[in-house]
Amino acid sequence: MTSRYQSPSVASDGQALPSLRRRQNRLREAAIHRLLVACALVSIFTTVGIVVMLVVQAAGFFKEVSILEFFTGTRWTPLFDPQHFGVLPLLGGTFLTAAIAILVALPIGLASAIYLSEYAKDRVRRVLKPLLEILAGVPTVVYGYFALTFVTPLLQNIFPNMIVFNALSAGLVMGMMIIPMVSSLSEDAMVAVPRSLRNAAYGLGATRFEVATRVVMPAAVSGIVAACILALSRAVGETMIVAIAAGSTPKLTLNPLESIQTMTAYIVQISLGETPHGTVEYYTIFAVGLLLFIMTLLMNLIGQWFVRRYRQRY
Amino acid sequence: MRNGLTFYRHLKKRKLKGNILSLIFLGSTMVGTLVLIVLIVDVLRDGVGWLDWQFLTSFPSRKPEEAGLLSALFGTLWVMTLTALFSFPIGIGTAIYLEEYAPDNRLKRFIQTNINNLAGVPSIVYGLLGLSLFVQALAMGRSVLAGALTLTLMSLPVIIIAAQEAIRSVPEAHRLGAFALGASRWQVVRNIVLPSALPGILTGTILAMSRAIGEAAPMIAISALVYLTFIPSNPLDRFTVLPIQIFNWVSRPQEDFQHLAAAGIIVLLVVLLSMNAAAIFLRNRYQKRTEE
Amino acid sequence: MESNTTCLEVKQLELWYGNFQALRDISMAVPHNRITAIIGPSGCGKSSLLRCFNRMNDLIPGARVKGEVLFDGRNIYAADVDPTEVRYRIGMVFQKPNPFPKSVFENVAFGPRVNGITDNLAEVVEHALHRAALWDEVKDRLHKSAMELSGGQQQRLCIARALALEPEVILMDEPCSALDPVATLKIEDLMRNLAEEYTIIIVTHNMQQAARVSDMAAFMMMEEDRAGVLVEHGPTSQLFTNPKDKRTEDYITGRFG
Repeated sequence: MTSRYQSPSVASDGQALPSLRRRQNRLREAAIHRLLVACALVSIFTTVGIVVMLVVQAAGFFKEVSILEFFTGTRWTPLFDPQHFGVLPLLGGTFLTAAIAILVALPIGLASAIYLSEYAKDRVRRVLKPLLEILAGVPTVVYGYFALTFVTPLLQNIFPNMIVFNALSAGLVMGMMIIPMVSSLSEDAMVAVPRSLRNAAYGLGATRFEVATRVVMPAAVSGIVAACILALSRAVGETMIVAIAAGSTPKLTLNPLESIQTMTAYIVQISLGETPHGTVEYYTIFAVGLLLFIMTLLMNLIGQWFVRRYRQRY
Repeated sequence: MRNGLTFYRHLKKRKLKGNILSLIFLGSTMVGTLVLIVLIVDVLRDGVGWLDWQFLTSFPSRKPEEAGLLSALFGTLWVMTLTALFSFPIGIGTAIYLEEYAPDNRLKRFIQTNINNLAGVPSIVYGLLGLSLFVQALAMGRSVLAGALTLTLMSLPVIIIAAQEAIRSVPEAHRLGAFALGASRWQVVRNIVLPSALPGILTGTILAMSRAIGEAAPMIAISALVYLTFIPSNPLDRFTVLPIQIFNWVSRPQEDFQHLAAAGIIVLLVVLLSMNAAAIFLRNRYQKRTEE
Repeated sequence: MESNTTCLEVKQLELWYGNFQALRDISMAVPHNRITAIIGPSGCGKSSLLRCFNRMNDLIPGARVKGEVLFDGRNIYAADVDPTEVRYRIGMVFQKPNPFPKSVFENVAFGPRVNGITDNLAEVVEHALHRAALWDEVKDRLHKSAMELSGGQQQRLCIARALALEPEVILMDEPCSALDPVATLKIEDLMRNLAEEYTIIIVTHNMQQAARVSDMAAFMMMEEDRAGVLVEHGPTSQLFTNPKDKRTEDYITGRFG
């Protein structure tokens, strides 16, 4: 951790002149200050690095492929002849799985937030919250395994013609993964609603349920919106579950029983192979990565804006 | 009493509705716990039979009964040690700068927003950054060092935010008291702020590390899918880590490899749980000491 | 309703928060259509006692009540009584104005809505706002946020919100402590008007206010273990001019508290 450095020649020697000591102190303070600024700059350089790296190499891609084709093409076959570079199938796959995940996580996460903030006694909360945190800490590769070897066979009992790799089980498991996120972000917003508003409603004869749904939830709405957007962003950027369980066939479809490919899973697929540098196939992952980065960045910015809104209000 | 009849008729309905929905809320809260239990039971059932000494001490193999995760275990150890070494000082340094030094101006707000955004960048994007920057531009190759630096950049935002919260929880009065005794800013930070913030910082760091250990996506971009039959001996060696090895096994169609994956998951979860336990232990011990 | 009959009667009431006894052996009667003021030094349990009248203490984990509070002869702490019903019939106004972050109209309509009274909602709201002497000030901004009103207006809105349920009793917990003197006077005028139809219990630390508005007064103090006790209660004029208890006299003449 921090060094125990304390200019020993001065500190241990009581006869040192105070002015010398002060000068040494000043020098040390200045050096430390510079060191700390350098630490803080690492995060700035990380962002610059991400943007430059993505833009420069995506530019290598867009030299070969027009932006119009990238955004409007409905086929994505960079590894086969004839090559097509339309990103819509990857985008569609991403949104299909993310939408399923949100449909699972939103109601369950919101309901558990209400339970934890309005109903649960302290003792119950102290048990349930760490359990949710563990759920959030399970590595995504484990969720991928769970989706492929447990959820998919289970679902195949219901949909016998469903294939092994499909958007549904990946989306469902992804939803379970982001339940803790929706729940804890919404709970934060609900806990921030002042006690006095709850008392006012109880004083008017409202039941606990009415207080929760008619006073607390409306007052916490911007925090709940933030929770949804941030969770959506997390789902869009999630990689391993979809790489393992959703398949690797880019397809523009709304049918969750089909095999699809997401943007993240595509990047993994190329990273695994030995695609040579400098080829357009290699640059595709940076074009896709840039799009992914911009999408999640926008969602995060909007989400944080909503969080700030409820924090300011109370 | 006014509106008596309407009120009572309505009250019954309201209470019934409230009771039903409170059960639904409780049920939803249990879903998470239930998923966790099912997941753990499923993994244990699939993998525990394959978990033995031979599994822990063998290299990967094409024959499932001979395969093990020795190289992945050591790879994870290597990467984590280096990542902790890099990210801990930089993370704390940034947090100290933002909380104790930086004037409250545009620059500080920019750095803060930037850190919040970095925390939300998908991990695979960090993988692409590491691949372009460390593996290629800085010519480190697909090495332990490149992997550790990538995970460092990925964990930094989480560590910084946790450290900031811990530092912020130190009461302002303590700082003022030390300043009033003529302490310099760094002396205040070192002697007053850091000792009481350390348990929180440690906990946050260990949790960030345990998240990094489980990350497969950025590591795949750095290391690709290698078949390593040696233990890395220096930071520039090639490497593999537990999540990659698990992913490798999951992706094979043969049933036996699925069981190997489950066994690997058990090892990974045990590592993660012991790290979390260590975090809690450290925190408790430290808190007791400062109270004495 | 006739006056001078008992509306609420407290019998040997005790209140604990966990192991801490907040109220000890309180017995008093609150007459119909009068304003009863509860006064005393801060921390003596005035607000805790007020919250016993509509079972708001039920919401605090670890709170326990012993003894009875009879409302029109029926114990509101009896096993078959729903606290929701008690709070429906006994309204409450809090120390700090606490309007919901909704429109003026929705604030007043909240009580009737949750209690299933949705006929003539506009009339109910207008009537309540009239009686809280707020209608003229808000009639053009009924659908704007209540948070934009001034502090005094917000507090009258909270009174209107309670009135919309046509309660029989209104509890007021230091309703003017967050307001300036002009707004305070408006609320006091309003209270005098409301006393013609409602039983009002007000907690206040302001002696002048108690003397100005109340018909009856109850003086509370805290004993050495910090439990609140009722020292004396009776007509306000008598309590202020001719207190029976030495401690009341000391407090009123400003010797402590």
